[in-house]
Amino acid sequence: MTQTISVTINGKPYTHDVEPRLLLIHYLREVVGLTGSHIGCETSLCGACTVEVDGRAIKSCTMFAVQANGASILTVEGLADASGKMHRVQEGFWNEHGLQCGFCTPGMLMVSKQILDRNPSPTETEIREGLDGNLCRCTGYQHIVKAVQAAAKAGV
Amino acid sequence: MLTGTATYVDDIKMPNMLYAAMVRSPHAAANIRSVDISKAAAHPGVMAVYTGVDIKDVGAIVCGVELPGMRKPHHTVIATDRVYLVGHIVAVVVAKDRYVAADAADLVEVDYDVLDAVGGPEQALAEGAPAVHPQWADNIAFKFEQKGGDTDAAFASADVICKQRMISQRMVANPMETRGCVASWHAADRALTIYTSTQIPHLARTILAGMLGLDENRLRLIAPEVGGGFGCKLNVYPEEAIVSFAAMKLGVPVKWIETRRENFLSTIQGRGHVDYWEIAAKRDGTIVGVKVKIIQDLGAYFQLLTPAIPTLSVLMMPGLYNARNIHAEIVGVFTNCVPTDAVRGAGRPEATYGIERMVDVLAAELKMDPAEIRFKNFVAADQFPFATATGLNYDSGDYANTFTKALDTIGYKKLREEQATARKQGRLVGIGISTYGEICAMGPSPAVAAGGWESATVKVEPSGKVTILTGISPHGQGEETTFAQIAGDELGVPIDDVLVLHGDTSIVQYGIGTFGSRGTAVGGTAVYLALQDIKEKVIRWGSMLLDSNDVRFEGGMCIDNASGKSVSIQTIAAAAYRAMKIPTHSEPGLVATRFWEPGNFTYPFGAHIIHSEIDPKTGQVEIKRYVMVDDIGNILNPMIVDGQLHGGASWGLGQALWEHAIYDDAGQLVTGEFMDYAMARARMMPWIESSHTCTPSPVNPLGVKGVGEAGTIGSTPAMVNSVVDALAPLGVTHVDMPLTPEKLWRIISASQPEAN
Repeated sequence: MTQTISVTINGKPYTHDVEPRLLLIHYLREVVGLTGSHIGCETSLCGACTVEVDGRAIKSCTMFAVQANGASILTVEGLADASGKMHRVQEGFWNEHGLQCGFCTPGMLMVSKQILDRNPSPTETEIREGLDGNLCRCTGYQHIVKAVQAAAKAGV
Repeated sequence: MLTGTATYVDDIKMPNMLYAAMVRSPHAAANIRSVDISKAAAHPGVMAVYTGVDIKDVGAIVCGVELPGMRKPHHTVIATDRVYLVGHIVAVVVAKDRYVAADAADLVEVDYDVLDAVGGPEQALAEGAPAVHPQWADNIAFKFEQKGGDTDAAFASADVICKQRMISQRMVANPMETRGCVASWHAADRALTIYTSTQIPHLARTILAGMLGLDENRLRLIAPEVGGGFGCKLNVYPEEAIVSFAAMKLGVPVKWIETRRENFLSTIQGRGHVDYWEIAAKRDGTIVGVKVKIIQDLGAYFQLLTPAIPTLSVLMMPGLYNARNIHAEIVGVFTNCVPTDAVRGAGRPEATYGIERMVDVLAAELKMDPAEIRFKNFVAADQFPFATATGLNYDSGDYANTFTKALDTIGYKKLREEQATARKQGRLVGIGISTYGEICAMGPSPAVAAGGWESATVKVEPSGKVTILTGISPHGQGEETTFAQIAGDELGVPIDDVLVLHGDTSIVQYGIGTFGSRGTAVGGTAVYLALQDIKEKVIRWGSMLLDSNDVRFEGGMCIDNASGKSVSIQTIAAAAYRAMKIPTHSEPGLVATRFWEPGNFTYPFGAHIIHSEIDPKTGQVEIKRYVMVDDIGNILNPMIVDGQLHGGASWGLGQALWEHAIYDDAGQLVTGEFMDYAMARARMMPWIESSHTCTPSPVNPLGVKGVGEAGTIGSTPAMVNSVVDALAPLGVTHVDMPLTPEKLWRIISASQPEAN
C-alpha cells in the first residue's frame, strides 16, 4: 500500500510512490538519493536531519514523507547557488572551522540559515539558543557560534 | 561535508544490497531456553535469519590486553545459551530494506529464563551478589597493584592524611554518527570488502580476518568519512563480523546501521570508576604520598582494551606533582552492563579528576590556597625529563609558568577578593582550578596493545603533486589539513597540491590508527620523516640536473649554491619518473615510506580555571568564566587545536555537570536516549578563553605533544573544584558527579533551609 507524493526539493520536482510510514529523512536519503542530511538519533533530539520544509527548519526524522506532499524542501545540497558558490553559512563554517567530523554539519548549516533568516544580526546568546536543538559532539560549539557570527556579518 | 556530498557508511548503496537488524536481549542476565525464528523467516522480504548456532564458526570478540591472572570471558558474536547484558545479540535478520528488517526482528521469539543481574561495580562485590559469569562467583576479573617509593613510610611520616571516595561515572561516547558497516563478498576472489565506521582500519582488518577465517590480504577494509569516534570506534564489534558473515552466506552486500538506542546499549562506554583516594602531606602542604584503590566496572565482557584502561589511571595518578611514593590497587569487576573501554581520555580523566580533587581537599584541610599548594608541589622546570613514581618519564614542561599565565589571565587574586565579597552577601561563588597532565602520542609499541608506531608514504607524482598515505585514520581531527601543511612547509609546494589519503587498507600501507592523541605526534612524525627522505632524493636528482655537487633545497627549488641556478621540485619529479638519466646511487620515482616508532609518550599539560556561581533556588551552575592555558608543545594549526580543546571541554564539563549512564539494579540502562542522557548543547557551553604556552616535546622532531584529549582531562576537575569551592561555606568538601541542579539544590536546601 503506497501513496503518491509530489515535492520540490532544491528547486527540482519529484513524484514517488511511498509507504505511508516512510520517514522524510529516509525518503530524501534513500529514495531521492540526497544523502547530505544525516540520521543521528531518529528521535528529533540531535538535529542532524534538519531540512527546510516550506521555509521552516524541521527535523526530517520525525516527519513522514507523505506529510511533505506538495511542499518545497531545501536540503544542504541546495544551499549553494546554481553556480556552486557556497551560501554564507557554509562560508562561515569553512572559514571559522565550524566542523570537525562533519556529521552534524548539514543540520547545523540548515539551522544556522534559519537563525539568520529570522534574525539577521543575532547576539551570541540568540545564536546559542537557535542552535540548541542540534547536537555536536566534536566542537564544543564555539567555532560554530563564530561561524554563524561570520555568516551574519557577511549578510549585512 | 559542507555541501552534503561527503560519504559516510550509511550513504553507501550497492546493487542488491540487503539490510540487517539485530535482535537484542531485553534482559541483562538470562538463560536462553529457545530462539524461534520461524515467523521472522517467513515474513515477506526477509532473506535470512541467523542465530548463534548458525554463526558458531565465527571467532569470538578480541581483547588485546593480558594482565596477570586475568579472567577473560569468551564472548561469541551472537549469544547461544545465555545473555550477559541488555542489548546482547541473540539473532540477526537480513531483509530487503531496513523497515522490513526491523519488523521481522520483532517476530523473533526468544524464551528467556531471567536471572538476577549486577547493575554496578560495588553491587558486583557485595555479599551474595549474583555471578555475572557463573564460573566466577566473586565477579572479580583481575586485581592489579602498582607501587612506587615507600608509601607506608611516607604516610607514617605525614602530618595530615586526607581520604575521599570519588566516583567517575560511566559516560557514553555518543559520536553523532553511530556505528555501521556494509560488507560485500566476492566469492571468486575469496575477497571481502567491509566499509565500517572505525578509528583503526588496519587493526580491524587483521582482527576481522581472524574472526572470519579469511586471508588478511583478501579483506579490504575501508573507513569512509567517520562521524566521530572518541574511542568507541577503536574496537571491533560483533556486528561487523555478523554482517560480514551474512554477506558471505548470501552473496550480496549487507548493510547494518546502528540506531542511537543500540548505540547506548551496545557500544562501549567510558569511565565507570569507584575510587578511594588518600593523600598524605606535611603541614606546609608538601605532598609525600598518594594511594588509590580503583574499583573498575568492566562490564559483562572485554572489548579490545577494556582491562587496560584503569592501568592508565594508575600511571597518571601523581599528576604534575613531585609525589614520590604511590600505591595503587585496581579491582576489575564484571557487571551485567556494556563493557567499558577507551573513551576520550581513557583512564587519565579519572586519575586527573582524583588527584586534582585530592589536592583541593588537602588545601581545604590545611586552609591553604589551592593555587599555592599546587605551586608548592609542581615538578620544577629544571627536573625534566622527570621520572615519575609510576614509571613514566615526563618529556618536558614548565608547569608553574603555564599555571601563572592562567592565574594572570583570569585575575586570580582579584577574583578571590570578589568571591569573599560575594560570600558575605550569601552568594555561592566558586573558583575551581585544575592543573592537569596527561599521557599522549600513544605510544611506544611495548606499551600499546597492538603496536604504537605509525606509518606514512609520501608520493611526489610526475606532475609534482603530492599524495600522502597515512596509517592514522582521522575523523574530525583535521590531519588532512595538518599533514598537507607539513608537506607544504617541507617541500615548498602549495597546500592545495597535497592530497592526504587514509582509511583504505588496499591503498594505504599498514597503520595503527587514530586514538590516544597520537595522530599528529606519531602519524605526523612518520609523514615528516618520509618527507625528509623525499628531500634527500630531490637533492640527489637536483644535483644531477644542475650538474653541481653543492645544492640546497628551499622553497620548492633545488638551488646551485655556486651559480644560483635552480630547478623546481616539479621538474625534478618529472625527471625522476621519466628517468632518461639516473643519479648514481639513486633510482627512478619519488616515493618514500617510513614507519616511526616513538621512544616515549608525550606529556601535554595545562591549567584550567573556572569561575562559577550556583543559583541556590535552582541548584543551577552558571559558568561565568572559563580560562584554559594548555601546553601541547609546538602548534601546527592553532584553529584546529582550539577546536579540539573546546570540544574536549564540552566532554569534561559534560562529565562534571550532566552526563551519566545510569544502570538500575536489574542492569537496565535508564539513560538510554538523548532525552535522558544530557550532553552539552550550545546554550550550555560557556565562551572558552583559550591560550597556550609552549615547551616543545623532545620525543619527536615536530616537537608536538597531542591535543585530542587535553580539554576533556583538564576541564572536569576544574568544574567540580569550582562547584565544591562555591559550596565550601556550607561545609561541603566533596560532591560526586554529575553535579546536576537537583543534587546541588538538595545539598543547598539541607544546609540553608531558609533559602527556599
